[in-house]
Parts: sequence; C-alpha cells; structure tokens
Amino acid sequence: MSDKRKPAKILVRRHSLITRLTHWVNVAAISFLLLSGLQIFNAHPALYWGSTSTFAAPWVSMTAKNEGAGMVGVTTVAGRRFDTTGLFGYSGKQGAREARGFPSWATLPSYRSLAAGRLWHFFFAWVFVTNGLLYLAATLLGGHLKRDLLPTRDQLKIGHILHEIATHARFKFPKGEAARSYNVLQKGTYLAVILGLLPLMLLTGLCMSPGFNSIAPWLVEGFGGRQSARTIHFLSASGTVLFVVVHLVMVVASGTWNNIRSMITGRYAIDVEGGAS
Amino acid sequence: MTVRNGTRRNWLRVAGGGIAGLWLAACDRLNSDQNVQATLGKAEGWTMKAQRALMKRTTALAQEFTEADISKDFRANGSISPADAEYRALSESGFANYRLVVDGLVERPLSLSLAELRALPARTQITRHDCVEGWSSIGKWTGARLGPLLEKAGLKKEARYIVFHCADSLEETLDGTGRYYESIDLFDAFHAQTILAYAMNNAPLPVAHGAPLRLRAERHLGFKQAKYVMRLEAVADYGQIGRGKGGFWEDRGYDWYAGI
Repeated sequence: MSDKRKPAKILVRRHSLITRLTHWVNVAAISFLLLSGLQIFNAHPALYWGSTSTFAAPWVSMTAKNEGAGMVGVTTVAGRRFDTTGLFGYSGKQGAREARGFPSWATLPSYRSLAAGRLWHFFFAWVFVTNGLLYLAATLLGGHLKRDLLPTRDQLKIGHILHEIATHARFKFPKGEAARSYNVLQKGTYLAVILGLLPLMLLTGLCMSPGFNSIAPWLVEGFGGRQSARTIHFLSASGTVLFVVVHLVMVVASGTWNNIRSMITGRYAIDVEGGAS
Repeated sequence: MTVRNGTRRNWLRVAGGGIAGLWLAACDRLNSDQNVQATLGKAEGWTMKAQRALMKRTTALAQEFTEADISKDFRANGSISPADAEYRALSESGFANYRLVVDGLVERPLSLSLAELRALPARTQITRHDCVEGWSSIGKWTGARLGPLLEKAGLKKEARYIVFHCADSLEETLDGTGRYYESIDLFDAFHAQTILAYAMNNAPLPVAHGAPLRLRAERHLGFKQAKYVMRLEAVADYGQIGRGKGGFWEDRGYDWYAGI
C-alpha cells in the first residue's frame, strides 16, 4: 500500500530564448494595443458591414439613452437590444457616469482622447509587427514549427482528438513523457492564433489606413470593404481576448508556477514514473 | 461562514478596485509624460516612410467607386455652418464675391473666382471618406486639380508644403488659433486625385461639406480634407502657422501624416 513510489520531477528545456522573449514582448504589445484600440473604438462606438457606415442601422452600437427614469447604456447587436448600463454605452462611478462605449478601466488613457489612443496604438502596432516577424523567422528557420507546433500523424486521428477534448474538459492534463510536448489541442490553438488570428489583426488593421488602401486596394476589398474590415478587426481582437482568457485558465489549471517558470527560464518540470531517468 | 464569505468578497472587491485604480493612474501618468509622448510619436514617421516607399512602387490611387455606391447619409463633421462674419457674408451672396487666394512661395500670386476655378483642369472621382473616428461615407467630388493650379502659380524651389487657410473657426480662441487650417506636402499636392472640390454628388458643394471649396486628398483621413478653403499658401515649413503643428487637429494632438 505505502510502497507506491512518488514520481520524480525532472526539469526539461521547454521554451527557447527567442520564444520566451517574443512571448513577453507580445504580452506587452497586445495589452497596449487592446486598451488603446478600445479608446479608438469609443470615438465612434458602432460597427457596420460593407464599405461605408449605415448610420441609421449599425450592426453593433453602444449608446447612452435617456429613458425617462434616467440615462441608460444601450448596446444593440444585429437588431437585438441589451441594457448594459455601467458597462457599455453609459458607465463610470455612481453620480459621475458618462456616455462612452467601453468603460474607463478598459481604455488607454482612461479619459477620452482619440489623439492619445492613436499614438499608443500605432507605436505598439510597430512593436507587435517587428516582434511577430522575429518570432515567425525564428520559428520557421529554427525548426520550432515542425518540432513543436505541427501535430504528428497520430495526433490527428479523430479518436485521439476526441480523447484529448474529453480529458481537457475534465482538466486532466498529460503527465510524464506525454507532457514533454504539446498535445494536439494546444498545437491546434497556438497555430490558429499565430498563423490565423494575429495576422488577421494586422491585415484588417492596415485596411483602416487610407494610405495603405491606395497601395493595396485588393486587400480591403477582400475583407468586404473598410467597414467590414473594421468589424473583423474588432471581432478578431475579441477572439484574441478569448484566447488569452482560456490560455490563462489552462496555465492555472495545469500548474501556474511551472508554466510561468518555463516561459521565463525555459525550464519545465515533468513527473517521471519510477524516478530514474 | 456567510460572514467570512462576505468579508472575503469585499476584500477581493477592494483589492481588485485598488489594482485597477493603480493601473489606470499609472497609464494616465505615462500618457501625460512628454518623453513617452515623444517616443510614441516616432511611429508616425515610421508609418509615413513605409507607406511612401510602397506608394512610389504602385499607382497608389485611392479606390474609386460607382454612382450606386454613393452614400445617401454622408456625414458632415467638424464645422457644418460657420458663424464667422466674413464667411456668412460670402455665403449670403451665393459666393459671388468669393476669391481663392494663392500666395506664399509662388512666382505668380493668384486670386481666382469660382468661375475661374471651374475653368481649370478638373477631375471627378467617387471616393470613400474615412473619418479619424472610424466611420466611412462615399461621395462624388468634382474639382480643380491642385497640381496644375500650383504650376500656374509657379512654386518657388524652397516651397515644401501647401497650407490651406479656411474660413471657419472650430474653436473660440483669443489669438485666432481656433481658425481651421491644414497642410500637405508636395508629394500629395501633386497626386492625381488631389483636387479642390467645388461640386459634390453632381451639385454645388453644400455648406455642411465646405462650400464653396474643399480639399480632397484621398490618401488621408477626413480631418485632412479642409473645408471652406479661402487661401493656399506655399511655405518652406509650417512651424510659424497656428500653433506650429501643421493643422487645427495636429495642434490638438493628432498626427500630421494622418495616413492611418
């Protein structure tokens, strides 16, 4: 009964220096981009589809309306109406509420300043792009993509994928040798974010630029027009936030300090059955 | 148990609020730091250099649309009915006495009536107006091409920018710096789609959209499209005009390039 040997912990090299460095630069860049992006959104808190703004019928809008009993924040999405007082449309401390799309705690700066929001956004857009290109070059040239990110043939079998989903849903994570590499859900998610979501953020962001649109008009047309590109920019930012939330939940659920250490020092502890290794 | 849970919840709320408050204060403090502002502002130069390098390799015409794409709800922003006395007088006489002055670093200063402007080489274009706030509207513009007009005046070789002095005061100030103005460089001044529009959607330019004359520099955001244009001044630099940043909104913290 008591002779069950405790598994031994060994430290393996998990993340290369370039991965760790670009990860944290990306954390900073995306944080500033998100907060300043919401500041920019607040200058016209409405979204449309197509080339132009159909002011009378936006797809999404956040407004403050006087409803007799007082001001309320109203958010509409595809014709549906939600009372979002205190969060979207009308927010702030009791007694000092104001009309604004996103609340002050979600924007940079906290007070309304489109000019300042733009300064932060376009500076960190350059940081994001430079950092992203550095990461992609290292990933492609250094073999990180093939070695760590592309799923193996066995991982792509439908039975394996279903099994991974079932164990993840119960917050059971691979142990021992299996924890040395990413599982198929991790690989799929990271690939979708690195090669899909984040490049989409950049491309739709470029389509906001009248200057860039004169250089590559086919790109903004490809997204269905400038207002569609703006809406997709907002949706992919929302997707990025959703990814970060799930990512943080998974970090906590699968060992907070071990994960954070591996992204700082590169060393990741795994349990090895039987001790010797 | 409930008491303890309640206390914990309150503690969490206070801690959460405290952290959020500190974060906001830190961000706002960073934002008001002059060095931080100067560093962030460098990105405008990088963006302009990158875009100009690519523009020189392509035709770099802003997208043009069809009659069917024209917005019926084209939004009028900024000044929509200037209260300035000089402008009111012009407007009440149907702009019969309007003259566009072209001066500064030019060989032959000009003073042109609307009829004379209409006789100059013109261009009609259906383009999308992208406001810095984020919205877009499509309109059809007809106007005198700025390039040939500047050639007619003959730019002196020191001239680097064209400043557009406008009739509207968007802000009440004691020193007159609330008067709208804008500036573009010669790269944009001589672009094929840069025009001084006197017509919008097949009709004379309405007051709300800048009657009798507005700039269309189609590779820039809306605030660059100066309305109620009274005078073009060719200058070597714009540091002595307004508050020195090259435009009404530039003087109030916006970027001069305005290409994104």
